[in-house]
Amino acid sequence: MIESHAATPEIHGHPALQHHFENMEQQREAGTLGMWIFLVTEIMFFGGMFLAYTLYRNLFPAGFVLASNHLDITLGAVNTGVLILSSFTMAMAVYFTQTGKLRPQVWCLVLTLILGLTFLGIKAVEYHEKYTDRLIPGRIIPGAHFGPDPHAFHLQAGAPELAQIEMFYWIYFAMTGMHALHMVIGAGLLTYLIIFSLKRRFDPEYHSPVEVIGLYWHFVDIVWIFLFPLLYLLGRHLGGH
Amino acid sequence: MKPIESFELPSPSKVNYLNAVYGLKSWLLTKDHKRIALLYLGSITFFFFIGGIYALMIRLELLTPSGDFLESTTYNKVFTQHGIIMIFFFLIPSIPATLGNFLIPMMIGAKDLAFPRINLLSWYVYLAGGIITIYALLAGGVDTGWTFYTPFSTTFSNSYVVATGLGIFINGFSSILTGLNFIVTIHTMRAPGMTWFRMPLFCWSHYATSLIMILGTPVIAITVLLLAFERVSGVGIFNPKLGGDPVLFQHMFWFYSHPAVYIMVLPGMGVISELIANFSRKNIFGYSFVAFSSIAIAVFGFLVWGHHMFVTPQSVYAGMIFSFLSFAVAIPSAIKVFNWTATLYKSSISYDTPMLYALGFIGLFTIGGMTGLFLASLATDVHLSDTYFVVAHFHYIMVGGALMAYLGGLHYWWPKMTGRMYPEGWGRFGALVVFVGFNLTFLPQFIAGYIGMPRRYHAYPPEFQVYNVLSTAGASILGFGMLIPAVYFVWSMRYGKHAEANPWHLPGLEWRTQSPPPTENFEQTPIVTWDAYEFAPPEETEVVGKFHGEVERAS
Amino acid sequence: MSEHIVSVRVYITIFLVLLVGTALTVWAAFVDFPFGLNTIIAMAIAVTKATFVVLYFMHVRYSTRLVWVIVGSALFWMGIMFAFTFADYFTRSRLSIGT
Repeated sequence: MIESHAATPEIHGHPALQHHFENMEQQREAGTLGMWIFLVTEIMFFGGMFLAYTLYRNLFPAGFVLASNHLDITLGAVNTGVLILSSFTMAMAVYFTQTGKLRPQVWCLVLTLILGLTFLGIKAVEYHEKYTDRLIPGRIIPGAHFGPDPHAFHLQAGAPELAQIEMFYWIYFAMTGMHALHMVIGAGLLTYLIIFSLKRRFDPEYHSPVEVIGLYWHFVDIVWIFLFPLLYLLGRHLGGH
Repeated sequence: MKPIESFELPSPSKVNYLNAVYGLKSWLLTKDHKRIALLYLGSITFFFFIGGIYALMIRLELLTPSGDFLESTTYNKVFTQHGIIMIFFFLIPSIPATLGNFLIPMMIGAKDLAFPRINLLSWYVYLAGGIITIYALLAGGVDTGWTFYTPFSTTFSNSYVVATGLGIFINGFSSILTGLNFIVTIHTMRAPGMTWFRMPLFCWSHYATSLIMILGTPVIAITVLLLAFERVSGVGIFNPKLGGDPVLFQHMFWFYSHPAVYIMVLPGMGVISELIANFSRKNIFGYSFVAFSSIAIAVFGFLVWGHHMFVTPQSVYAGMIFSFLSFAVAIPSAIKVFNWTATLYKSSISYDTPMLYALGFIGLFTIGGMTGLFLASLATDVHLSDTYFVVAHFHYIMVGGALMAYLGGLHYWWPKMTGRMYPEGWGRFGALVVFVGFNLTFLPQFIAGYIGMPRRYHAYPPEFQVYNVLSTAGASILGFGMLIPAVYFVWSMRYGKHAEANPWHLPGLEWRTQSPPPTENFEQTPIVTWDAYEFAPPEETEVVGKFHGEVERAS
Repeated sequence: MSEHIVSVRVYITIFLVLLVGTALTVWAAFVDFPFGLNTIIAMAIAVTKATFVVLYFMHVRYSTRLVWVIVGSALFWMGIMFAFTFADYFTRSRLSIGT
């Protein structure tokens, strides 16, 4: 009737079981639930920026379309594909952990990491383009304050849309920058997973870390699934260049 | 199935969480929720005294109408820093991170919180945020008001906004981690038989608080971060130069900061529910109503933030909705007050120190809540906005409510936390002094505000002086009143009478283990077969022995 | 409750659906739909893609009701934030005073 604590490790002897949990099932459930709740905080965190985006897109449709059409749609689309593929390999990594196939599991994790870094690389190329076009808003970069060539946007110098374009790029850098930061953190977590997978720490009974970090990775993918159309696509049908 | 037998009176010399391991390292690297609660207790007390010093400076300045003690710019910094320290570093973590951390696992019969390492991390994150904020204060301070309104904070203020914002951003994570831990713990770690409706109401209110921490805190995090970026880059979404709207900042800020009021007071309500039921030895009146009203407050609390913005360009239509909903959020709060009062009816009340604080809470919280309704009315608010009426109103909730509950809870669980009793006579005296001092401080401010004294000025017309003198006198009594428990708590840790396992003779799970508890809280995983406040009627105790404390004493 | 292992076939199907969705949304962006439908179409595709990721890659379809509630509440609270903020902005212009 009364379960003694001292007996617990003998009954469920998995080395990864922490002392305050009764069994692996409870530990896994707590871990997954914890990550889901953390993702709720992430949704609210990005939600604040989506709110600002929605407001200013509504207030300044003209400037936002001009600025949005200036983004490189090819790089954006390729990056979307890269991220979706990385989500797929991550899902497969979870699958192989669950089924106990540890070699393909490590490979999937490595692939996910490479794809994540590819995404960041492409993003860096895009950022650099914005830097050379002097599209980085405000005076963040010393010596390269915001000051794009108005003709690149088919505008006269001093056109009121330029302020709106700066606003778009401020939001663009805030959102994609925050997303990229999450990718960097995700890459760190993947590295941890790879190291511990090579040490054979995970098995079908204990795979919570792979699963939980997987949830995080998919969430970051979802954020991009929304960022891509909002930042790159809306207003393309209106032309531009 | 035999909870009474499984309870044994432990001897004080037994190994407990305090003496199980020794040394600084055993504290700094502890994963025990009880030790982390004590770490929080120490650091929160530290910040409370810093905030208190700023309060003292404010009251000293306002003793006379002319601005003679502090310069206007210094005064701006002083009230800002008082607010920031007290809100972000004292009130928000106070009850959840100390009492909640200590008690939630014990109340539901768990060995620890679900994520002990994350719990420890939250304390370090709290410290990191605190250190950065203190750095900002020492380097030159911040003068925006704790609300950081744009465009002053982004463009015009010449103070350490970015560093302070960073401190608050980091501190937010500690709040998120605590809330996350509580929710997962309550969902997955309840002992066998501990159903949701057998949980003490303290756990319900902390669950509701955690919901707000999870859903609100990320929004203030991103808001403060965007504000800091804007200050660094010179332009941004709140900047009219790009067509940005400074009022958007207020929307995003109050989306968190109004619910944050409930982060501060909901745990207090949980403490009061415990105190009222246990010190009147009666099951709480309408348990499920009190439980669900916590959840209702957490949800409705998110729908009213616009009442902070009645005097901004916010649309009147939105204002009307926010005003209506602000009245609606009074309903669940009122349910609690009515149910506490109904619990007292025909019960056997004992006026121990915690109960004195609890009774004080009910009165003061009611005054604070009722004056809130004045401010929720669109037209009245135009007159009262940014006056001392507002200051008095929220201090009745924050100090009269949250702080009273915190002190009451600290007294109530002190024997469990430290294994020592505090001196009861001094305790009652302290509670009385705090109550008198508090009312003398803040009641005059209602009047001063109502007749037009604005907040956040270091000088004021002489006709307001009488209220300010009363207020400053009250503040010194209040400050003295705070020192009394501070002194005897420290004294009791060494010289206090050893506490029994169950000094108040109560049925709650946390009282069914030794004081202080062992590292894993219970000798055996408890099996719960009773409701939260299951006091048998007096005539039954001898016969049936449902109430184990009586049984222990009889045997 | 033991956990559900999603089959490889499901994963591959979802992956292909997501790729097709991406192609579709890029194509749709250049078509001039009437009544300003472009935004709605783009968002509909994004929501669909995200739903597939949540349901299958993140296993929500096979999860407890609690996880559903958690996901739902996140969306609900974001809805609160949007609805009440825009309740202000979209009714401001109806005023004759101020902005």
